[in-house]
Amino acid sequence: MNRYCRTRAQKLFSVFNTIFLILISLTCILPFVHLLAVSFSGATAVAAGEVLFLPVDFTLSSYIFALSGRFPKALLISLGRVLLGVAVNLTACVLTAYPLSRSISQFRGRNIIAGYFIVTMIINGGLIPTYLVVAKLGLLNSVWALVLPTLLPVNSMLILMNFIRQLPDELEEAAMIDGAGPFRILWSVLLPLLKPALATIALFSIIFHWNDWLGGMIYIKDIRSYPLQTYLQTLLKSMDEILRTAGNDYVKMISMMNARTGRAAQLFLDALPVILIYPFLQRYFAAGLVIGSVKG
Amino acid sequence: MKRKSSFWKDFKKQWYYYAMVTPVIILVFIFSYLPLYGLVIAFQKYNPALGFRSAWVGLDNFIFLFKQPNFVRTIWNTLYIAVLKIAGGILVPVTVSLLLNEVRNARMKHMFQTAVYLPYFLSWVLLAGVLMDILGTDGIINQTLKQLGLGSVNFLGNAKIFPWTMIVSDIWKNFGFGTVVYLAALTGIDPGLYEAAVVDGAGRWKQTVYITLPQLTPTIVLMSVLALGGVLNAGFDQIYNLYSPIVFTTGDIIDTYVYRLGITQAQYSIGTAVGLFKSAVSAVLICSSYYLADRFTGYRVF
Repeated sequence: MNRYCRTRAQKLFSVFNTIFLILISLTCILPFVHLLAVSFSGATAVAAGEVLFLPVDFTLSSYIFALSGRFPKALLISLGRVLLGVAVNLTACVLTAYPLSRSISQFRGRNIIAGYFIVTMIINGGLIPTYLVVAKLGLLNSVWALVLPTLLPVNSMLILMNFIRQLPDELEEAAMIDGAGPFRILWSVLLPLLKPALATIALFSIIFHWNDWLGGMIYIKDIRSYPLQTYLQTLLKSMDEILRTAGNDYVKMISMMNARTGRAAQLFLDALPVILIYPFLQRYFAAGLVIGSVKG
Repeated sequence: MKRKSSFWKDFKKQWYYYAMVTPVIILVFIFSYLPLYGLVIAFQKYNPALGFRSAWVGLDNFIFLFKQPNFVRTIWNTLYIAVLKIAGGILVPVTVSLLLNEVRNARMKHMFQTAVYLPYFLSWVLLAGVLMDILGTDGIINQTLKQLGLGSVNFLGNAKIFPWTMIVSDIWKNFGFGTVVYLAALTGIDPGLYEAAVVDGAGRWKQTVYITLPQLTPTIVLMSVLALGGVLNAGFDQIYNLYSPIVFTTGDIIDTYVYRLGITQAQYSIGTAVGLFKSAVSAVLICSSYYLADRFTGYRVF
């Protein structure tokens, strides 16, 4: 009400505030617009510093180069890894969050088991011992090495657990009276109600698996089987090298591009899925924060 | 005896809960608890043929480490970069969320939020690529600086500037997330407080100072305290992808040091010793920060 009664000073503040916020927003968006412009520009224009936020000497050669190299395979490997990783994370979260949402009288082992998982949040063996265990299990070069060491994201599990606790007990009691066992209750009664929470933790999980590059670097020994981020990581330092060793077919194309445009194209393709989905998932993200902050 | 029998009685009724968690317990044991046992190699001279049963050398690996001037340097670099990242990572989102809160147009507010949130979701590999492009000697920023007659700045190759490039770009990547957290706290403030203040004749500035900020304090304290646990994490993903030997004096942090020593040079025992030193300190910090969070704000992990 009166909170918004406005004087001249307030109007002035409002104008400056809006300008300031627009500038801040631009710092978060323009670098990617520039990246896009570079990726579509000719090499000479980029080298001469003529490219700002619009392509100069428009060309697709950087993209054709990207799609004819190792990029498509790395992309497929990453997609497979994300699917498997999300499936594993969600399954592990549901199977632990539901029992742990019970009270100690309903599930006697609850506190000990919860402690067992929470300890892994605080202490861990670190890079090298984990690597040695994974290697010993013969998982090197397998997608499972990228997925199993992080199978239970404890934060996500706690979010889900708190969400289940807030559901009214009557739902389960009614199902129990109808003769449903716990597995049945979990599958038919709880899971449909958990959709918003599951969407939230699936988002955390998608972003984690899509963005992780170190796992591929450590556990995948064959460069040709690198997931996308790991492949791009090698690209950061060796794009010139790749261009130099590219076959004769590419010579013509290469005259139109250089390391910077080639890299920009691949980086942009990598960012594209995230740029496309995150605005839609943002509200689930905010919902996740709220869910996570209400403690049982 | 009585206790034991009642455990079995409970177990018969509750076996399905145990059945659900058991597969996860086993896998977590393999992938999180076995590596803990693997920490013993920090006290051994690791030999691949013998594995975790290599010869014991006591604290030799640790003594070796602390005699390395490079290692002591990484501790200082880590603390310097991490502390400034934490401070800026609180100050900037709090300020931006306060300013965003003053925007009345809901659509515009949403657009700003979406924009500042973008870098948070992108990987450091990708952002490193973008930063290398725009901060490079012929990148867009240096082009602009040159046109303004300010000369060029070597953001990634000058040891004096490198830590600040890391700090600022990290705050840039993450402030959108913090902004959303603080904005959520701001919308939770009771509007009655503002109405009462208006009756008392308080303007917008006084409302911010006497109502908004005090109401926001618990969230700020909570976020600061929780960030303390990460004071030894100066950002491996970011620094590893952006640094080079020229900036090791100021940019090499504990995690990058472990990586080079342990993975690149395959010195497993010494790499693990550094890792163990770091996790031990971190574990103490995390536990104290959770304790402090509980003391001051009533925050519970579970």
